Amino acid sequence: MSVQAPVKQTTERQVSTPYQRRMYMRRRIVSMFHMTMAHLVTLLGVAMLAWILWSLFGEGFSAISVKLFTEMTPPPGSDGGLLNAIVGSLMMVGIATILGIPVGLFVGTYLAEYGRYSKISSVVRFINDILLSAPSILIGLFVYELVVVPMGHFSGYAGAIALAVIALPVVVRTSEDMLLLVPDSLREAAAALGIPRWRIIMQVSYRAAGPGLMTGALLAVARISGETAPLLFTSLNNQFWSANLNKPMANLPVVIFNFAMSPYDDWRSLAWAGALLITLAVLGLTIAARTLLAAKSRMKG
Amino acid sequence: MSVKQFRPAFDRGFHNLTFGLAMFVLVLLVAILAFLVVGSIPVLKNQGLGFFISAEWNPVTDVYGALPAIIQTLITAVIALLIGVPVSFGIAIFLTELAPAWIARPVGVAIEMLAAIPSIIYGMWGLFVFAPTFGTVIQRWVMANLAPLPVIGPLFASPPMGIGIFTASIILAIMIVPFITAMMRDVFTTVPAVLKESAYGLGCTRWEVVYRIVLPYCRAGTVGAVMLGLGRALGETMAVTFVIGNSHRLTASIMGPGATISSSIANEFVEADSKLHTSALVTLGLTLFVITFIVLAVARLFLLRLKKQAGH
Repeated sequence: MSVQAPVKQTTERQVSTPYQRRMYMRRRIVSMFHMTMAHLVTLLGVAMLAWILWSLFGEGFSAISVKLFTEMTPPPGSDGGLLNAIVGSLMMVGIATILGIPVGLFVGTYLAEYGRYSKISSVVRFINDILLSAPSILIGLFVYELVVVPMGHFSGYAGAIALAVIALPVVVRTSEDMLLLVPDSLREAAAALGIPRWRIIMQVSYRAAGPGLMTGALLAVARISGETAPLLFTSLNNQFWSANLNKPMANLPVVIFNFAMSPYDDWRSLAWAGALLITLAVLGLTIAARTLLAAKSRMKG
Repeated sequence: MSVKQFRPAFDRGFHNLTFGLAMFVLVLLVAILAFLVVGSIPVLKNQGLGFFISAEWNPVTDVYGALPAIIQTLITAVIALLIGVPVSFGIAIFLTELAPAWIARPVGVAIEMLAAIPSIIYGMWGLFVFAPTFGTVIQRWVMANLAPLPVIGPLFASPPMGIGIFTASIILAIMIVPFITAMMRDVFTTVPAVLKESAYGLGCTRWEVVYRIVLPYCRAGTVGAVMLGLGRALGETMAVTFVIGNSHRLTASIMGPGATISSSIANEFVEADSKLHTSALVTLGLTLFVITFIVLAVARLFLLRLKKQAGH
């Protein structure tokens, strides 16, 4: 006990009585326990991702073939693919993108460039946040009452509109955030040259925030690509080739839902293949969005 | 002569366009509410407020009671939080306090990827992969060891089918963990390093620093994050629809099948052929909207307080 490093001595002096030493040990054990738990739950989280991806690849990979992309969804018991569902999904997501993204961008523009700290802007922001986290099935109910009931039938249009309503708040949020990152000095420099406001926004703000705006758009597309609930009763489904947006339209998520819930093995394996396709698409879009953003921040820093 | 007169008409037009579209966002919310309210009128006229407290749901006799769906929505969301919040908290601590940057980054990305996976994938995975494992391993054990207990036993009694309220809660927990974690991580990084350093200087252990310094400093943000997670768990549809079993009955067991508001809508809306049935489902939707609205408003309140705190 007599020969000790100076540092150790100080500790020794603080933890002197047996009671204090016991307390100290207890505190260290408690701490160690919690930190171990933190490691374990992190492992658990990563393991869950691995487990999900593992099952997706395991079940879906074998079902991926040329037929998947060339044949229609089959009746039970016969061969087929997912062509009509893939095309339907692409069409509806495409239209929703065309409808939702410009509108979202302009709302974001208003909030970041014109409104900023005004009362009305904070109201719009609040409402947008509610739309952003509103359950997507409610958007489906809304579009059902708004479009499907007056038209008298389910349709690809209704599905696209529902997806657009879901994409909108995502784009508003990201484009506002990204535009606010553009330094005001840039806008002022342009204004000093006598450039009108709309051109400042288009040519200075949009250009400076370009990658960020793109990221927002990609995230919105990723979000709506996997949405199922709002399509269940807007576009419904269609067993056949359907490029007519005015008719019920096949789409991957609803086909996956119906096929997965069915008792037929070949339908289920098609559902797994579809699930793998959607997941790859969504993860691909998300990774693209992240890379874009990372590239942008590297450029800045 | 003011500059204003020279401003091209297009400039005004562009301003008005963006303003108009911003107002469209308000109109959208009002329209969603209005359509849901209008859609609810038939069943509320027919059954009155009894709709919310009746437990009988029978499309054949056109009698609808929302109580089981409402209660089971709340139960699944709360259990999901009970599982998900400690896990998110642990991961957030790992990412901000424990892991070196070269581990924290890829782990952070992996957790965020969990958030990107569509809900229907969770549903499928839950039904075909998770539920069978859960049924044979955990539920068998629960049946043998917990169900015979007095008082709390009925909570766990059910055949080991794997699907049910508790399975749905676990899947929901996996889905909300990335959201809560991301927000907690962001809040935790706002704690000034000097605060933590001085606590370490006083001889605090790591856990004490987290529990007594980081957590109190981030209380508002943490509560906000949890509330947002709750909002998500309440409205989640596809994942729950796959694994909850879809039974409109109030049971004491949390292991048995049930139905949430959103799973009832997803399962029954297309097949609803009576006007009253459709209306009942829309009213359920309206109820869900009101509940999530309240939760979101509370979350925002807490996050707003955080912003003020960070600002000054």
